[in-house]
Amino acid sequence: MKACVVTLCISATLVAWSAVAGQDLGSASKRAKDSVYSEIEKAPEKARAKRNPFELNADAVSAGKILFEQHCAECHGETALGGKKAPSLRAVEVQGASPGAIFWILTNGVVRRGMPVWSKLPEPQRWQLVTYIKSLGIAPSETADYAPKKP
Amino acid sequence: MSASHSRLLSSFLFLLLALFVPACARSQESAYFVTYDHYLEEPGNLEIEYFSTFGTQHGGNDFHAFWTELEYGATAWWTTEFYLDGQTTFNDSTLFTGFRWENRFRPLKHEHFINPVIYVEYERLNGADKILREVEGHDVASDMGDPNSALKEETKNELELKLLLSSTFKGWNFAENTTATKNLSNEPWEFGYALGASRPLKLAASPQRCSFCGQNFVAGIEMYGGLGDRHGFGLKDTSHYLAPVAAWNLPSGWTLRVSPGFGLNDNSHGFLLRWGLSYEISGFGEMVGHLFGRGR
Repeated sequence: MKACVVTLCISATLVAWSAVAGQDLGSASKRAKDSVYSEIEKAPEKARAKRNPFELNADAVSAGKILFEQHCAECHGETALGGKKAPSLRAVEVQGASPGAIFWILTNGVVRRGMPVWSKLPEPQRWQLVTYIKSLGIAPSETADYAPKKP
Repeated sequence: MSASHSRLLSSFLFLLLALFVPACARSQESAYFVTYDHYLEEPGNLEIEYFSTFGTQHGGNDFHAFWTELEYGATAWWTTEFYLDGQTTFNDSTLFTGFRWENRFRPLKHEHFINPVIYVEYERLNGADKILREVEGHDVASDMGDPNSALKEETKNELELKLLLSSTFKGWNFAENTTATKNLSNEPWEFGYALGASRPLKLAASPQRCSFCGQNFVAGIEMYGGLGDRHGFGLKDTSHYLAPVAAWNLPSGWTLRVSPGFGLNDNSHGFLLRWGLSYEISGFGEMVGHLFGRGR
């Protein structure tokens, strides 16, 4: 029983620490912005050149919207304008990127910066997400100096 | 009531409320019961899971073992889980059998053809634990044939290490796990394995919201068993199982899993029926952050 209590305490401390550490990431938004968007540029040429099989497919936009609400909106915001934990997807850096580069980011995540790997979604679903994200276009208020919104 | 008490109470009530208000986020959960793939919990999310195993017992009473699992995504590369185990042996008794604390770490930044994950677990169980979350060493069905009153006298403090390898190819997931377990009371290292393959019934998502669409169902198969110990590595005196697995990921955040398992040799339980229910709470980390007065 004693060991159980000790382990519970250690777990709770670690969970609390990770939660508090997670909040700190938001305060370094400017620094994070540069590095998060710069990940897109790291996509290999072969990945960038990939064609979206669902390009201009209206059903893919609808399916991608549902997938976005289920998996992405929590961090990137309901309208993809960015949230507490993740940047806007309607920024020039994202909307100007090739569909292949966005697909590459979805597949590989930005693990060290908190974005999980989404290769657990089958490839067609990732392309449907790309189709939806690209359909949103650049938000009028977006500039290169974008910073995530405060809670 | 002081201000700090009031704040603590309101944070606690907020947390309770958040726990019982359905969150809209949903993740794509795997169908496996024993095998692990390389996907970790999303950062800040908490998954609450309940699993059951009904097992037949040669020369003894059948049993129903159950466990509750709290799985938290600490970061995108680290998932931590806490388990509480128990069991009921028919015509015998029901008892709590121990706890486990598990951690999984993803060492590589990007996806590869084979993706490794390091698994480290500490478990403190008694000999009556029957959840068969893993099979290792010379674990055989007859180990569980004694009455609970005798089995629970044995205490196991174990450190369990696993190398989880997993690949995704054309919608299929292939996972291979190797296990090394050390009972900390001076017993030899024991080894085991688990293999799995699974695939969603449909790869593309439907343009309509639906519960019964093919993409919400995952089906597959897993096989697991022991590989002996440091003094006797191999298949001699080991047990092995083959189990079809299926999962239904509901858009509301619930996942239902079921798996009938079959023993592959005389050392195994003849039949295992597993099922489980889980629910994912998005943004749990933020709620904990609120408890500590952050993010206000």
